[in-house]
Amino acid sequence: MSNLLAENMLWRNIYCNVSKSSSDCIDMGYSFGIIPSGFEWLAFILSAISLIGLVINGVLGGVIVLIWGERRLFGRFQNRTGPNRWGPYGILTPVADAIKTMFKEDILPKDADRLLYNLAPIMVVVPVLIVFSVIPFGFGSYVVDLNVGILFVLAITSISSLSVLTAGWSSGNRIAILSALRSVALLISYEIPMGLAVIGVIMLSGSLSLGSIVESQQIPYILVQPLGFFVFFLAAMAEMARAPFDLTEAESELAAGHLNDYSSMKFALFFLGEFMAELATAAIVTTLFLGGWKGPDFIPTEFWFGAKLVFVLFIIVWFRMTLPRLRVDQVLQFAWKGLFELTMINIITTAIFIFIWPEPGLKELLILALINWPVAIISIWGVSKILGTKQYENIESLKNENAYPYSFKTLPSEFYHQKGERGGD
Amino acid sequence: MPLETKPVTVNLGPQHPSTHGVFRMRVTFDGEEIVDVEPVFGYLHRGSEKLAEERTYSQIVTLTDRMDYVSSMLNNQAYTLAVEKLCDIVPSPRGVWLRMIASELQRIASHFVATGFLLQDLGALGTPLIYCMRERENILDLFEMLCGARITNSYLRPGGVFMDAPDVFWPALDRSLGDIEKSIDEIEEYLSGNEIIFSRTKGTAVLSSESLVNASITGPMLRASGVDWDLRHRNPYDFYSEVTFKRILHTASDNYARYWVRVQEMRESLKIISQCIKNIEPGPVRPSFDDVPRLVRPEPGDSYAAIEGSKGELGFYLVSDGGISPYRMHVRAPSLINLTLLREMLVGELFGDLFVIFGSVDLNMGEVDR
Repeated sequence: MSNLLAENMLWRNIYCNVSKSSSDCIDMGYSFGIIPSGFEWLAFILSAISLIGLVINGVLGGVIVLIWGERRLFGRFQNRTGPNRWGPYGILTPVADAIKTMFKEDILPKDADRLLYNLAPIMVVVPVLIVFSVIPFGFGSYVVDLNVGILFVLAITSISSLSVLTAGWSSGNRIAILSALRSVALLISYEIPMGLAVIGVIMLSGSLSLGSIVESQQIPYILVQPLGFFVFFLAAMAEMARAPFDLTEAESELAAGHLNDYSSMKFALFFLGEFMAELATAAIVTTLFLGGWKGPDFIPTEFWFGAKLVFVLFIIVWFRMTLPRLRVDQVLQFAWKGLFELTMINIITTAIFIFIWPEPGLKELLILALINWPVAIISIWGVSKILGTKQYENIESLKNENAYPYSFKTLPSEFYHQKGERGGD
Repeated sequence: MPLETKPVTVNLGPQHPSTHGVFRMRVTFDGEEIVDVEPVFGYLHRGSEKLAEERTYSQIVTLTDRMDYVSSMLNNQAYTLAVEKLCDIVPSPRGVWLRMIASELQRIASHFVATGFLLQDLGALGTPLIYCMRERENILDLFEMLCGARITNSYLRPGGVFMDAPDVFWPALDRSLGDIEKSIDEIEEYLSGNEIIFSRTKGTAVLSSESLVNASITGPMLRASGVDWDLRHRNPYDFYSEVTFKRILHTASDNYARYWVRVQEMRESLKIISQCIKNIEPGPVRPSFDDVPRLVRPEPGDSYAAIEGSKGELGFYLVSDGGISPYRMHVRAPSLINLTLLREMLVGELFGDLFVIFGSVDLNMGEVDR
């Protein structure tokens, strides 16, 4: 208990302001709690609930800002203003959306599997919320610091894809089933490069706990692990089915995929889950590769975390705005033939480095950065050369006016009517 | 124990978001692969050909606008050519030059729409589409200067156009040509420099030039297979024999080639427009009402005039029985005829490419169903 209070500042601030005469709190200089001694259990429950409420509401508030921000950015990217009617700069648009969605009719398709159909939206939201429990938002502010934090994150995020499968299956809709199957294919393919990309970070920091990973980053690991960042970012985009890997709800193919039959609050939960996944991905990328809450001291650490989060979110939105979607076979090919090899290269270089310097300092990390960046650039270039589509052989000759490979005259004449046989004038 | 699998039949459309209107397909999938396609159309049938039998020759121009509503000027042009042929009307030169400018602008607009919707079908969430539509807006603004309407123009008349271009039109046209050229560069860079677009479109829905010719498919689809067939060059109508332009050909005959041809053709259209601006001279824009009255009564007979529309050979067949309205009007709609090989294009491809291939035909449901 005292250990928890010493390390987790968020918890300490809540608990010691609730519990009046806990000896640990008095030791730390808190004296203005409400609940008297003898009721430590009540103080514990109340502060636990308020901590959970704080994080959940923080995430939901973040999602509202994210939805608004994404739509505003969407507009800016497309030479539009974006939503600007409700509230200043349209900040209340997501609220209006939520109210509208809540008042829609809740539809249950005839062929639907009732239990699974109702379970799926919950399965989207809950795992993503759980992910936020292990993320350090600032120095000493987190809900729990699991010693297997990163494994926990990787395990929990897979459940989201399971919910897409459940939703697609239980809707009794053929298009939704296609979406569900695609989601499973994506999960199986991208879970592996995602897990392998983290190994480099784990090797360098020597810990699976997200808090220790942040603290061990003397320089952000993106500088030391460019390949790991590249693969992890793309795999995370695929994992949450964002463009250019948004196969599960490919609007131009599957209409909305697994969301086809959902309406009202269930649809809203899916929508919420999707944006929370985006937020969670950005948070994990920030934690693992961008140094988490670390930054110059004159600004609170939570602010640094938020700023990096916004930056990653902007890049995710930027991808979504500009890139077309890959086909399903290409997506799977990219995972197995491209990202898998890149992670292997990353693991090998990092392993050799750790073998030479088991406890790297700042100087050694800079040396690794100097080695890893050329390796990353060369290997990404090589993979893109191998996987990339070949250009047309005669594309240059086509640009020349007089060098048509075929012309009307070179085709056999039986493909055309003789002049007299043509109808008309 | 081997798993038992069976193909699944899915109904796509007419309310699907990317069927380019109200097209419907019953598609049978084996996993992600397309096994069978059964197209169903007619949801936008408005009976334009039948309606034409009840209207005078000058009133029918408004019907043609509604057929292919993203290239109404070209529809107007084909129809007016058929009427001129039927009634032996000699058009006035300035009217013809204006007509060519209008129809080439419309071709650019139509190709912009086709290119934008390719990127939309590929899943680019609207951004490239909106960029393409912005350029189309430029052109629609020019049309608004010409005739007051943006989409259903009805600008062309048998014998020329109904109104001369205002003075503000010419500087605006000059400005727009530069803007459009820049944005074509942008679009081309996006199309040819993007690995995802290239890998998605290269080698999909390949058709041989023989099968295209046998199915009487025309337009950019045919030229993308290397067949040099452009009616502006083969059978010059209006003053197309007096302008020079490059016929754009590609040999691959896949989705990428089709869009490459369209993007390059936009440049050629710009060249044609600048030549038209050089050649145009003052004068009447249409023959006087003594020569061509509003109510023409052509001699009994028939006429067929075809132009190189934005989607292929767009032809109007008119039969006159000597009355004030045609006895029969038939439209050779390239959108409909280019759909002939849809099944051949789709079978064996993956679901993700279905709407890309469908869109590469560049069809317009208003023209398919008429």
